Amino acid sequence: MEFGPHLMLASLEGAVISAILVLTAMGLSIVFGVMRVVNVAHGEFFMLGAVLAWYITTLLGGHPALGFGVALIVAPLLVGCLAAFADRVILKRINYDPDRTIVATIGMLYIIQQTTLMTFGPEARPVEAPFNHRLSLPWFEFGENGFAMTWPWGLSTTSYKLFVIGAAVVVLIALWVFLTRTKIGLIMRATQQDSETAQAFGVPVGQVYSWVFGLGAGLAALGAVLVVPIQQAHYLMGHDPLLLAFIVVIIGGLGSLPGTVIAALLIGMSDGIISVFFSPTLAKIIATFLVAMVLVFRPQGLLGKTAP
Amino acid sequence: MTSFNKSNLLHFGVLAGLVILFFILPTYHVGVLSRVMVMAIYAMGFNLLFGYTGLLSLGHAMFFAAGMYGFGLAIKFGGFPVPAAFVVGVLSAALLALVVGLLALRTAGVAFMIVTLMFAQTAYLVVLYFGKYTRGDEGFILQQAERSLFGLDVTTETGRYFTAFTLFAVCFIALAKLVQTPFGKRLVAIRENEERARMLGYDAGRYKLYALVISGAVSGLAGVSYALLFGYVGATFSTVQYSIFPLLWVLLGGAGTTIGPFIGVLFMFYLIDISSGYTNAYMLIAGVVLVLLTVFAPKGIAGTLKARVFPWMP
Amino acid sequence: MDAMNILETKGLTKIYGGLKANTDIDFKLARGKVTALIGPNGAGKSTFVGMVSGRTAATRGRVFFEGEDISHLPAHSRIQLGLAYTFQITSVFRGLSVYENVELAAGRTLADRPSLLKAKVNSVLERVGISDRADQIAGDLSYGHQRILEIAMGLAQDPKLFILDEPTQGLAETEVDEFVALIRSLAGETTILLIEHNMKVVMATADFITVLDHGMVLAEGSPEEIHKNAAVQSAYLGTNVDA
Ligand SMILES: Nc1ncnc2c1ncn2[C@@H]1O[C@H](COP(=O)(O)OP(=O)(O)OP(=O)(O)O)[C@@H](O)[C@H]1O
Ligand SMILES: [Mg+2]
Repeated sequence: MEFGPHLMLASLEGAVISAILVLTAMGLSIVFGVMRVVNVAHGEFFMLGAVLAWYITTLLGGHPALGFGVALIVAPLLVGCLAAFADRVILKRINYDPDRTIVATIGMLYIIQQTTLMTFGPEARPVEAPFNHRLSLPWFEFGENGFAMTWPWGLSTTSYKLFVIGAAVVVLIALWVFLTRTKIGLIMRATQQDSETAQAFGVPVGQVYSWVFGLGAGLAALGAVLVVPIQQAHYLMGHDPLLLAFIVVIIGGLGSLPGTVIAALLIGMSDGIISVFFSPTLAKIIATFLVAMVLVFRPQGLLGKTAP
Repeated sequence: MTSFNKSNLLHFGVLAGLVILFFILPTYHVGVLSRVMVMAIYAMGFNLLFGYTGLLSLGHAMFFAAGMYGFGLAIKFGGFPVPAAFVVGVLSAALLALVVGLLALRTAGVAFMIVTLMFAQTAYLVVLYFGKYTRGDEGFILQQAERSLFGLDVTTETGRYFTAFTLFAVCFIALAKLVQTPFGKRLVAIRENEERARMLGYDAGRYKLYALVISGAVSGLAGVSYALLFGYVGATFSTVQYSIFPLLWVLLGGAGTTIGPFIGVLFMFYLIDISSGYTNAYMLIAGVVLVLLTVFAPKGIAGTLKARVFPWMP
Repeated sequence: MDAMNILETKGLTKIYGGLKANTDIDFKLARGKVTALIGPNGAGKSTFVGMVSGRTAATRGRVFFEGEDISHLPAHSRIQLGLAYTFQITSVFRGLSVYENVELAAGRTLADRPSLLKAKVNSVLERVGISDRADQIAGDLSYGHQRILEIAMGLAQDPKLFILDEPTQGLAETEVDEFVALIRSLAGETTILLIEHNMKVVMATADFITVLDHGMVLAEGSPEEIHKNAAVQSAYLGTNVDA
């Protein structure tokens, strides 16, 4: 394949990665923005979403679209409830102290991951996509005979991947409407601005925190259900999304939602493109190191406003 | 008896107990204890930074690994004699800690945790990237002949136990003394109230850097000891999990106490040892213990004892 | 630079966002005297001493201590030159004992002479009257005693210039009297810059008074002069003078 079509293919892959990443990172960002805590177990909620999707589709059988459709709704809900429960019994008790929350969520990470290992097992298990048509893509070239449209061999994607991109856009819009137009969303944002004042005005901050923690985990799970037909469910699959989501949230500016979206696009696209052209390990080394440097020298994020 | 004498007695008692245990324990447990002592060095290095200075690093595995690889590679590719390689290992860790400190200490709190985590992740990936030398996840073995320390065979059960014991004892006593010096007390002051410490004329940034370098060097020394005594060098030791372990040990044993790290490692080793007989998901225990500790006993075993029963405890 | 003045500021200014907390403050502090800095809430007193001690970064302006320009020095270096600072909001090492708190304060210069250090800590505790509480954990002390500990930590440094930000806030009547006695006993020994709302304390201790209002120097002078100053009366003193 020529360079041009190759780049286009890489960009498409990047777009799919971005789509999943934006949902996962949004979850992490909302939790940090409102509750001011870092949830290290976020990747495990992602993994749980994928594993639950496998259970649900296997249990229901029938047409893949049926199981997938149910999983798309039920898995995030279950994960969200579990997270809200964990918030009640663990995080609330330690008063959301930032340091202790990190330690507690590290504990939660291992509990979720290892329980999955004991029940789901160490194998990677596939979930069938609800639909999966191969779509060849055209390429335009300016050759000897003027402008021509060609169909390079290998330049193709699937209908499912396009669906993932579309679904992420829809969810993002829904989330935006939820946060800006609904009462619960407004309460969440009020709590984010100033939890003490919110409390003084009768906002049940404790409950809001549980909702937010559940919402954050649910978003990660949703991303995982979407990705599981492309990438199989495995008990260790939460690690990379956690790291990438961290990177996105840091670049975008901790707790800034628009920053998170832009950063997810940036990271997802470059991850897709870089790993097509370069050694993935080297790409990861550079990315991880650069992110650490961003935190050191611009803690408000690359896209955040300058120091307060 | 003054509390100073009492704590000396406690430290001496721990060391004497370890010598006696060698003669009465069956071989299997002697082997476990050797490992516990080496990992306790790691935990003590971590404790200086976390327990005494109040800085939570989530990337200490990079210092352990720096020591381990500094030592292992110096022997494998540099043909260094063991004592020289030992020094190379510890210095690599100290140097890495210096560089990481100069950068990461510009941040504080949650950002410091994430930055150290990211640096450690970078270090882990670097180990994988240079798999040609490091042999990546698979790691490499140091042969018996490559590990003789001043003619001493550290591969026998006895040689290994007493080498581990000596290294442990030196670090244990040295760190216990260090935290009693004015320097150590200033670290505690920074942990308690950094701004107040600064407004008493202490250069908090510099003290934190020193603490990180010493902590990194001790953690590196643990890595060197591990490679020396168990003959294995591998990327596993630079994974996130090995950054979490010292936190777990220190929290369990009691942060900011001299014997906490050792107690924590001892408990956790036997907890995992026993539970891995039943399941391969033994890290579940670690998770449960972490959550229970943060919620119910943030001071750990030694910390709770100190608060409730023995206020003199160091 | 006038050798009589231990501290001098030129055009010291602090702007928070759009808010001018201090505007071009030119200030001279007489050596060996007690100077009170007064002014209504939010006048910018804490901001001013914060910039002098280096705790708060100045937006612009210079600070001279003993004739040296210290504007570029970080807080800890300024303290090392002989400034001591007590916080308006009590800030002690809550997890450590009273003794250890004072030991840390005195220990910056005396740590390598243990017997001198011990004598110093004990004499300071004696002087402020909390030596019976030496072994208590600072966080367990009453609020008043924590304020006294805070003062003790300043004294223990043997400062050339001792800055106290509302030290009597929250003290009981008898404790305030003891504080006045303490400050008087220090007069001549060291230079004191005292931020104080309690006019009784100011009148009983101060040699000079500087009045700050809206981030600017409103008046300067002896207690009598300030007492008579009409501008000060209207801005500030009217309600408090007889308290
Ligand atoms: N960190 C800050 N950020 C923004 N504004 C600040 C900050 N610190 C102080 N201010 C503002 O600067 C002004 C001066 O505050 P400052 O604390 O210096 O007053 P003060 O004279 O010490 O008052 P008080 O008598 O209440 O202690 C106030 O309007 C205050 O709200
Ligand atoms: Mg003030």
